[in-house]
Amino acid sequence: MAAKSRKKRTTEIFALGNEAVVEGALLAGCTFYAGYPITPSTEIAEEMSARLPRLRGGVFIQMEDEIAGLGAVIGASLAGRKAMTATSGPGFSLMQEHIGYACITEVPLVLANVMRTGPSTGMPTSPAQGDVQQARWGTHGDHPIIVLSAGDVQECLHMTVTAFNFAEKYRTPVILLLDEVTAHTREKITLPDPDDTYVFSRLTPSMPPEWYLPYEDNMRGVSPMPPLGSGYRYHVTGLIHDDHGYPTSNPKEVEQLMQRLFRKIDQFFYDIQMVDEIMCEDAEICVIAYGCVARAAELAVQQARERGEKAGLLKLKTLFPFPRPAVEKMIRKCPTLIVPEMNMGQMSREIKRVNNGQSKIHTLNRVDGQIITPGQILSRILKG
Amino acid sequence: MAKVTQLIHNYLRHSKRFPHVFCPGCGHGIVLGSLIRSVHSLGLAKDDVVLVAGIGCSGRIPVYVDFNSVHTTHGRALTFATGIKMANPRLTVIVIMGDGDALSIGGNHLIHAARRNIGLAALVLNNHIYGMTGGQSSCTTPLGSYSTTTPFGQLEEEFDISRVAKVCGSSFVARTTVMQARHMDKMISTAITHPGFGMVEIISPCHTQFGRKNRFKTSVDMYRWLQKKSVSLDKFQELPPEKRKDAVVTGIFEQKDCIGLEEKHARMRRELRGET
Amino acid sequence: MSGKKGETRVKIFRDWCKGCGICVAFCPSQVMKLDNQGKARVVQDDECINCGFCEIHCPDFAIMVHPREELTPFEAYIEEVRPATREDLQKTRNNSTG
Repeated sequence: MAAKSRKKRTTEIFALGNEAVVEGALLAGCTFYAGYPITPSTEIAEEMSARLPRLRGGVFIQMEDEIAGLGAVIGASLAGRKAMTATSGPGFSLMQEHIGYACITEVPLVLANVMRTGPSTGMPTSPAQGDVQQARWGTHGDHPIIVLSAGDVQECLHMTVTAFNFAEKYRTPVILLLDEVTAHTREKITLPDPDDTYVFSRLTPSMPPEWYLPYEDNMRGVSPMPPLGSGYRYHVTGLIHDDHGYPTSNPKEVEQLMQRLFRKIDQFFYDIQMVDEIMCEDAEICVIAYGCVARAAELAVQQARERGEKAGLLKLKTLFPFPRPAVEKMIRKCPTLIVPEMNMGQMSREIKRVNNGQSKIHTLNRVDGQIITPGQILSRILKG
Repeated sequence: MAKVTQLIHNYLRHSKRFPHVFCPGCGHGIVLGSLIRSVHSLGLAKDDVVLVAGIGCSGRIPVYVDFNSVHTTHGRALTFATGIKMANPRLTVIVIMGDGDALSIGGNHLIHAARRNIGLAALVLNNHIYGMTGGQSSCTTPLGSYSTTTPFGQLEEEFDISRVAKVCGSSFVARTTVMQARHMDKMISTAITHPGFGMVEIISPCHTQFGRKNRFKTSVDMYRWLQKKSVSLDKFQELPPEKRKDAVVTGIFEQKDCIGLEEKHARMRRELRGET
Repeated sequence: MSGKKGETRVKIFRDWCKGCGICVAFCPSQVMKLDNQGKARVVQDDECINCGFCEIHCPDFAIMVHPREELTPFEAYIEEVRPATREDLQKTRNNSTG
């Protein structure tokens, strides 16, 4: 068998960013979708509604609002499913309540937020990147969370698979930030061979139920998670709980839980941090971008190189936990950094915080509902 | 009645501290006992029962029972339960909500769960008040009664929970009170076995918060009042109109044959996959 | 459901009783009373008619209505491990001499 070279089963399709998210989710083993339609994320729901019922046990359910959508997703995840939902700005605001619940009860799920211009109803069909800080800090209280971004259609697929893997590995909600442009771009993508795709599924306990601790403070910081009805009867609560899952207000146990929640993400930081360094080896001027802006920036950097500027691009794929080491490396290397983004400076705040006055940081903000063009970035690079 | 309490003790979580957190005389404990008896009489395994609750006094119930228990966010218990039931229809999902939980903040979810007719048993524990937060008026506080946020009397009309559920399409609707534990056992077990959405409204008065503002000295006073006011549906229909006012009508208001949403889903899947 | 008088006895778990008084107020034969600690105490065991009301309406699962002749599991255990009484000792002597 080993000698036989297996034929790769890759397929090429022409897909929207939203459709690529669905492809990625199904590849990662998602069998449950619950949500509420909202522009510009509706294609995800539509595609799911057509595909999931054809799967064994696949469930698509349209709920009465976004709060209910994420609630049902958490319920399904507790029952052992890989589950996701998708939404956009106003719906994302409604979901914040349950993101917090998923953080504290450590329920794996994936939430795709297709960013549109805000605040409030804003401009439903125009792109923006205004939900970056909301994705990090939207729900109340201290909480760790993983936020990923995708800048083109192929990446939508890969990042969705990664999002599911992170969610399952670290028992945490993972937010995937797309923007309207990426979601509604149709281009050719390659569907990877399912056998070659790394898919992680949550660990389930393998001890007798009496000894199982659902929120044990172990080395990994992540306890195995049994599906409801499998013999491990435990209590799930949004209250601060002890390692049995029972509510507690004992300062020691509260501290222990909060520290562990942060530790489980922090100690695997280098697994979670994902950045692309493009032409960065000898760069003197570095563009830091994410989402569809990174795509424009890549072209701008190439054009700048053609004109003799030593430009590079640091493309952030993981937005939170903030990829500080990767950014610091560029800060040490480049005296000038340019941060283009489609908001008033949500990511440049983070970069300035890390920079601490070492390099010059230029922001390039656009909030008129239009995308940042390569030309805009190029002229900013040429200005130096 | 033989060994009822012993049976209940077998279902309680032995790692939890008892007596439970509820005030002396609170009906929520009676509901918990009734729920355990119903589950036991139906012969359901502990592993197959999921208890989902919202926030408030009623939300504290699941932690004491040795079932799978999920204590969710305020008003959203039904959404979690929907996810659980759709993800694994084999599970018996019982949702416990308070009146504020089910009808105020979670009103939207209740009417849609009823419309969807998903196979959940929803117990709405109606105590006419927000008990845990200190006795503020809720959407079921009777007209003219007092609470910490209606110091001059409630001006708004109250919700009739059972009627709301019925008009929204719930296929089983019943009302009972904690003073009729045997009737409550029957209603809860019917709701659990009912294939579609089964809602039981349980009047469980709060003497600590509602009673102290409305001239009930003790929980016993309150229960006496409840006993006097409650009439069965049959008797209610015979009552002259002047006596019908502020009677607590108990009984089954709606019971119709149906298929639960999760079963419809399963059939659709089988059809699509050509398995029928 | 309900039976004759004298077939049952009522046992109260005083540690769990919160003294709400439901059992006292609604017992048809006044078997219980609230004592000076505010908790329910059985005062006339023989009057119990085994209606079971108190057992299923106790919010704290603190009342057991038990068949009179039968020991509760706890009592059965206590019975097994209780120290010997004077009579027991007497019996052993009688046996050894006889």
